[in-house]
Amino acid sequence: MTQNGVLEKTYPAASFYDHQGKYRGILAWILSTDHKRIGLLYLGLILLFFSVAVFFGFLMRLKLIAPGFPLMKPQMYNAIFTLHGIIQIFLVVIPAIPAIFGNFFLPIQIGARDMAFPKINLLSWWLYASGAAIVFLSLFTAGGPIDTGWTFYAPYSLRTTVNVPLAVFGVFILGMSSILTGVNLVTTTHRLRAPGMSWFRLPLFVWGVYATAWVQILATPVIGITFALIMIERYFGIGVFDPAKGGDPLLYQHLFWIYSHPAVYIMILPAMGVVSEVIPVFSRKNIFGYKAIAFSSIAIASVGSLVWGHHMFVSGQSDFASVIFSLLTFLVAVPSAIKVFNWVATLYKGSIELKPPLLFALTFIFLFSIGGLTGLIQGALAVNMHLHDTYWVVGHFHYIIFGGMGFGFLAALHYWFPKMFGKMYDMKRTIGGWIILFIGFNILYFPMLILGWEGMPRRYYDYPPPFHTLHLISTIGSWILIAGLIWIFFNLIQGLRRGEKAEDNPWKGASLEWQIPSPPPTHNFEKIPIVGKGPYEFG
Amino acid sequence: MFVSWATGLSGEVVDQVFFFILAITVFLLGLITFLMVYFVIRYRKKRNPQPSDIHGNIWLEIIWTIVPTLLVLAMFYYGLTGFNFLKKAPGDALKVKVIARQWSWLFEYENGVKSTELKVPVGKPVKLSLTSQDVIHGFYAPAFRIKQDVVPGMTNTLWFQPTGVGTFDVFCTQYCGLQHANMVTKIVVIPVDEFDQWIQKRGKEIEATKGKPGGAQLFHEKGCVACHSVDGTPRVGPTLKGLFGKEERVLIDGKEQTVIADEAFIRTYILKPNTYVVVGYPPIMPPQALTEDELTELVHYIKDLK
Repeated sequence: MTQNGVLEKTYPAASFYDHQGKYRGILAWILSTDHKRIGLLYLGLILLFFSVAVFFGFLMRLKLIAPGFPLMKPQMYNAIFTLHGIIQIFLVVIPAIPAIFGNFFLPIQIGARDMAFPKINLLSWWLYASGAAIVFLSLFTAGGPIDTGWTFYAPYSLRTTVNVPLAVFGVFILGMSSILTGVNLVTTTHRLRAPGMSWFRLPLFVWGVYATAWVQILATPVIGITFALIMIERYFGIGVFDPAKGGDPLLYQHLFWIYSHPAVYIMILPAMGVVSEVIPVFSRKNIFGYKAIAFSSIAIASVGSLVWGHHMFVSGQSDFASVIFSLLTFLVAVPSAIKVFNWVATLYKGSIELKPPLLFALTFIFLFSIGGLTGLIQGALAVNMHLHDTYWVVGHFHYIIFGGMGFGFLAALHYWFPKMFGKMYDMKRTIGGWIILFIGFNILYFPMLILGWEGMPRRYYDYPPPFHTLHLISTIGSWILIAGLIWIFFNLIQGLRRGEKAEDNPWKGASLEWQIPSPPPTHNFEKIPIVGKGPYEFG
Repeated sequence: MFVSWATGLSGEVVDQVFFFILAITVFLLGLITFLMVYFVIRYRKKRNPQPSDIHGNIWLEIIWTIVPTLLVLAMFYYGLTGFNFLKKAPGDALKVKVIARQWSWLFEYENGVKSTELKVPVGKPVKLSLTSQDVIHGFYAPAFRIKQDVVPGMTNTLWFQPTGVGTFDVFCTQYCGLQHANMVTKIVVIPVDEFDQWIQKRGKEIEATKGKPGGAQLFHEKGCVACHSVDGTPRVGPTLKGLFGKEERVLIDGKEQTVIADEAFIRTYILKPNTYVVVGYPPIMPPQALTEDELTELVHYIKDLK
């Protein structure tokens, strides 16, 4: 690499797709230790699971189109909302950005040839695939599909007759996958940075994924232990959580949320990293407040690990605990706000091209802000008593998870698509899909906020007639949203099949992945680059 | 009755905090969105081909760290004062025990009167002590803006003070299984004298039966009515009308058999529900704690449902 950051292309650009390894066909993929192939393996499975979970979401909304609508029986609805949650959270949202784009781009962005532990990386994928297979297997074995909600609250999860142990065992395995991925990402960031790639020259995506990886390592073991205890209690009758056996159901909730709240940050931090990549590139301008954004990722990851009790304000935990958790919850909003302000400031006096990745990134900011600000409302102790466990909360977290992480994911996919596949999609059509998706999203989820405010509890397979209008609007929104998703993904598939060949650097990015061919060669860099400038110096 | 408008002292308190924070958040959202859209239009490539080289501004960073911190601390404090009010019941409150079970509510007053609806006098504070007989439930009265999980093995408390008469929804908000969505009842707020009359009349009835409720009353109090009808309509469980003496297809250890629903069958079914499972119904009936007298009364009641 020369001083101004442009790599000299002195080697034949044999892409990693053409790599001839030990194996052929499908084995060349599922036994590959190439971080790019593993990233794409995750992409395939995650999109498959995502479409299954979206279908379940569609069925739920259809059931709720009118009071007493006879689409399915209560047990079926209870199983479907449980599966929608388990699949979306554990199989899709948690791994999506770190496992797909973290795998594919973190090594390239820091100037490395692969992850620190390529074989462990492959093992992570296999654990992920096995965990997912076990979760799906649990649906068809003794007792039938799990009906506990994705939270598995005790003592209900200890008493219900469905196959809880196998499902939680599946999630347990998924946890192992997540931990190993975290270890790999942290180690890679520490050990494999190219010469000159100092911490403050790291692309902010790397900072986001790095902070996330620490949460994966530190928090995930807790959920593993918790689910192991659920299995032990169900098989051996040892009273850990069931009060009838001397256990404590609140202990379960604490352990569950010690992981599952930080899990929200596992979902959102990498998406924030994506937004921090996209905005400077399409504004042709250095990111505003690099260090503020980098450190706020670390602040969110650390303070965010101490706010789990806000899921338990009405559980019967002590009032004192609630007060402390509420205070910390409000404080963790500050680093998120700092990020938003810095992103908006980056646009100021830029030279902005509103291409699809930027459109998705700005939509992230808007929808995530609604999610974050509704979070402030329900984080206030007095208001929480009213809104807890209502549709308000359902609306809130869909704004965070789908509006935030989901749109961050779409930004990443449209940003890195030409690099990953070497093809370009039709950008005008993407904008059409975005309009449908954005409208559908808000028609689907905004009424939920009002429903919750009016007192509609969540996880109800039916509801009193006065809630009808808003439920009907929400259901119609779900159809529009799905149409938008189909449009957007169809357009990408078309791009894959007959899109134009992508340039190596179609967006004129300055980070390292744009300095190598599209798609990248097997070992990314012929010679390890020497980095002489920051990731957003477009010059 | 369903309302999004608040009632009771708690309703007023919660709404004040809600609208205070809502106003701030709507302003912030508007500001962020406006700036974002304005910048994208004002600094589009066509109009502004040459971007400015700005890396940050330390003063801006300080301002937008401190101002949001102060704002969220204000929100926290306001939420806390409301919480303090919502958590401290006055000493003279009417005390009612709330018993939750899959999938019904029972309210027990201090003089032993039991009711499946929560009747309370207007203008008086009411303090609830909540316990669960099985899994976790959630007591939620949206109009009063109050909610509290009902946890087995724990007694949680909640209080409210109605300010006007009316009938208000109570929902279960902690997912508790099959009929979670049907675990609903009402808070009925009535004038003070009407309430006094009612509670005294019911109190006398209890004395008359020496605290031994009849089968019909037990059928309600023990929550049977949540799943079993007495008029022939199948619900979550089979109807109990005409049950006695009937032939039932049941599963015993997974094998389908025909049994006669005699007294022994009904007694066993109540005490250990999943010994048999009636074909076509889910195996989810929770066992009930009953005294021998109560069981006898209940079985008599069921035998008479012709």
